[in-house]
Amino acid sequence: MIDKTVKNAFEAVADIPSNCMLMMGGFGLTGIPENCISAILEKDISGLTIVSNNAGVDDFGIGLLLKKRMVKKMISSYVGENAEFERQLLSGELEVDLIPQGTLAERVRAGGAGIPAFFTPAGVGTEVAEGKESREFDGKMYLLESWLKADFSIVKAWKGDTAGNLIFKGTARNFNPLMAAAGKICIAEVEELVEAGELNPNEIHTPGIYVQRIFQGSNYEKRIEQRTVSK
Amino acid sequence: MLTKDQIAQRIAKEVKNGQYINLGIGIPTLVANYIPANLEVVLQSENGLLGIGPFPTEDQIDPDLINAGKQTVTMAKGSALFNSAESFGMIRGGHVHLTILGAMEVSENGDIANWKIPGKMVKGMGGAMDLVASADNIIVAMQHCSRSGESKLLSECSLPITGIRCVKKIVTDLAVLEIAKEGGFILLERAPGISVEEIKSKTAGKLIIDGEIPEMVFE
Repeated sequence: MIDKTVKNAFEAVADIPSNCMLMMGGFGLTGIPENCISAILEKDISGLTIVSNNAGVDDFGIGLLLKKRMVKKMISSYVGENAEFERQLLSGELEVDLIPQGTLAERVRAGGAGIPAFFTPAGVGTEVAEGKESREFDGKMYLLESWLKADFSIVKAWKGDTAGNLIFKGTARNFNPLMAAAGKICIAEVEELVEAGELNPNEIHTPGIYVQRIFQGSNYEKRIEQRTVSK
Repeated sequence: MLTKDQIAQRIAKEVKNGQYINLGIGIPTLVANYIPANLEVVLQSENGLLGIGPFPTEDQIDPDLINAGKQTVTMAKGSALFNSAESFGMIRGGHVHLTILGAMEVSENGDIANWKIPGKMVKGMGGAMDLVASADNIIVAMQHCSRSGESKLLSECSLPITGIRCVKKIVTDLAVLEIAKEGGFILLERAPGISVEEIKSKTAGKLIIDGEIPEMVFE
């Protein structure tokens, strides 16, 4: 079995350079790679293009990288929860590509699966369609969308083994398995790292083939954006 | 005029047994509170959950379990979890029967605008464009007029649109309307105490009135 383990987040992100393309798993603040974000924050890099469904909040998640001006461009579907983001966007310091969420997910999936482009109905007749090829299938219009790939993808899983196999929990799965496959180098941080052979192969969500580096993370804050309880 | 809860309550009457349903943020989320207990339906959350349960108690809160509005939730009996590509696969593939969402404007041919106001900070469309381009049955929950009193039911949307020719029905604080195949808002029901005249004066798009228009009934 190929051992993918690295010591910690700092070792995992050590060779991430300036001006590269990064994918980061997570929906809102759920399932984001907290440890790797903290480690990248310590690095002296900038000009990053980050593919992530959201952009964190001001003082947590990708918001921290924005605050330190490490990000040149965000490719996301919804970015509303972040005042510093808004400031940088309005001042022109930050570029943003907004993409329908399902199209974003499928573009990342396509990138990992070797499908250069596909047709989707999302965005037909809207400004998302501008400049894109469209075609009719069975009487309905569809837009041509292309794959997304990255130099590095950074994902967070619940459990993983030394071979890089991953299991996610709850809705923390979201974009993580898709991004794992779409990064040239995939870094996985997990809450619990076990020896290869200890996870049930029937329960693996992401096979280890997609993962190049894995480590056990620590001190997960798992911040909640909208704490909603029933009375 | 209906309250937000009454709009949700009226929309809940459109729900049929056995449906898989996606509820948007805002009034649509309230619909879940009014689905009759004798109906078996499954609520989909596009971040990767089929079978949204009630909000958790303090003891049940799990930060790894949220809905598309980023609220903490629980899982109903028989629920399933999946990734975002699979989630939108089931949406685009037509497996979700009913989508209920809010809107800033709806046009008489069923176009919807609900993601962007020029000159204001653009937060993004999230999953709205995928949902409206895919669902067979889309019901919009919204106020009939904007805060400044402008009709939100127009002949053409003035805001950047989210999807074309997709809305089937609209439930507002004043009325229930259906989009006619050939274009136009067919008035189906009035809110209690609201006259056809008032609805007419507050609908900028083509309003189709056929015979007596009944008042909505709330049990």
